[in-house]
Amino acid sequence: MKRVYVNEQWCLGCHLCEYNCAFANSGKRDMVEALKGKPMYPRIRVEGADAITYAVSCRHCTDPLCVKGCISGALHIENGAVCIDHEKCVGCLTCVLVCPYGAVQPGPDGAAMKCELCLKNSCGAPACAAGCPNGAIVYEERGETA
Amino acid sequence: MKRYAIIGGSIAGVSCVEGIRSVDQKGEITLVTAEETSNYGRPLISYYLEGKTDEARMSWRGADFYEKMRVRVLHGTRAEAIDTAAHTVALSSGETLGYDALCLCTGSSPVCPRFEGLETVPERHFFTTLADAKALERTVTKETRVLIIGAGFIGLKCAEGLRDRAGSITVCDLAQHAMSASLDADSAPILERHLEQNGIRLLLGNTVARFDGGTAHMQSGEAIGFDVLVIAVGVRPETALFAAAGGAVGRGILVGETLRTSLPDVWAAGDCTEGFDVSAGAAGVLAVLPMAALQGECAGENMAGQRRVFDKGMKLNSIGFFGLHIMSAGTYTELVYSEVTQTGCKKLFAKDGVLTGFILVGDVARAGIYTALIRERTPLDAIDFDAVCREPSLLPLGKDYRTKKLGGVV
Repeated sequence: MKRVYVNEQWCLGCHLCEYNCAFANSGKRDMVEALKGKPMYPRIRVEGADAITYAVSCRHCTDPLCVKGCISGALHIENGAVCIDHEKCVGCLTCVLVCPYGAVQPGPDGAAMKCELCLKNSCGAPACAAGCPNGAIVYEERGETA
Repeated sequence: MKRYAIIGGSIAGVSCVEGIRSVDQKGEITLVTAEETSNYGRPLISYYLEGKTDEARMSWRGADFYEKMRVRVLHGTRAEAIDTAAHTVALSSGETLGYDALCLCTGSSPVCPRFEGLETVPERHFFTTLADAKALERTVTKETRVLIIGAGFIGLKCAEGLRDRAGSITVCDLAQHAMSASLDADSAPILERHLEQNGIRLLLGNTVARFDGGTAHMQSGEAIGFDVLVIAVGVRPETALFAAAGGAVGRGILVGETLRTSLPDVWAAGDCTEGFDVSAGAAGVLAVLPMAALQGECAGENMAGQRRVFDKGMKLNSIGFFGLHIMSAGTYTELVYSEVTQTGCKKLFAKDGVLTGFILVGDVARAGIYTALIRERTPLDAIDFDAVCREPSLLPLGKDYRTKKLGGVV
């Protein structure tokens, strides 16, 4: 299955992936209208300091603790991708407590929010990878462990 | 064809089905549950009262789960006795259920202390099942004065769930602080202030000395009038069925890391068990939903012939009250980091060079990074621990860790 992978040595720390992610998931057609002057809710975050920067988003774990620990059953697996049913989520944030990568966070209404590989928005493939200017974020197959 | 029997239809039972079916597509699975509704997260019942979810959305693995997994479900049915020699379970319906592998997911039951005059209280409730929530939904109106005994998770979530439905809510607890099992004297007052600002009256270090109908005479001498009483002083593992069959019980059904019990071909998972707590390095009752799911799945896989272990369990909780988030995990050993303000708190605990527990109030972002350090017993001298204390991030965990986790399939 294709996932988002990060090549740390090529990350410029430009944060463009955050903007592309927030826009892709905003449901708006215009980036300025979607983002200007509004709080941003990207599902990928650039972290690090000085010379080291890299982006973190959901790893779509093969055995995801968030899915196991979700009290509402909102988090589930669809064809290998870890997805969230926004209608079922009650915002308890148990997923935030169990995700080893810090890749789940509360969204604007308090419900949990995470990368769904842009499979459910109009992009159809991760906007972070498509827009990464230095090839630091890629969307590709890297083989499954058992 | 192998015959599987599961007693209990909550998270451990449902996860056990998933575990079995991930290995064995053909075996016959029968799930027995005393509840009329199963396959829902019990912690959702306060959100149900609050109107944040409803019965349809509460279904944990979907309404078609049992059908998809080809499970025969017996709702409203109790398991009354296990005959380990015959490999059968006697059910309240009169049926004798045969099994090759049995999993007990009997959960826990609310504790009801002996209060003088309790029998004179007309409206008494527990708060652990959907049926309990529905009973409160029917009973409580805008005029109702609710008294809740117990300021732990269950009592306080009940208070939050009922706040907009009830006239007034008072919560009392013998402990000096709210959520005394997981918060300390620095973190609890933040929650207590927040609850009181949101209209919940707290009476701490105080409980009911005796009841007289709709009046609770408190130990402090105060008399409190109420219409509905909720008893939420805690739960205890439901072990009676297993113990009666001669199984080994400690604080819960004793299980090893494969979730096997002392009885042949009998496994157990979830709140009814006492298993291994990685944060304490010792046995413990890990009665929280994520552990029930992980244990149930592991038990199911092993019942179907795999050899899987579950040795990374710990108590953990994420809970919110009126917008204030609180997370706690593991065992509170030696305090190694502390930040306390009027509105937030972070405390980290470590022992023998590994993180063992934490308390977060307010800022809970990326708490799972701390949980993972506990679960994996990451040596703290191998990471930049000072930095990770200040802010949970993958940066202090080192480049090798990041390359493996962000660059590979995990």
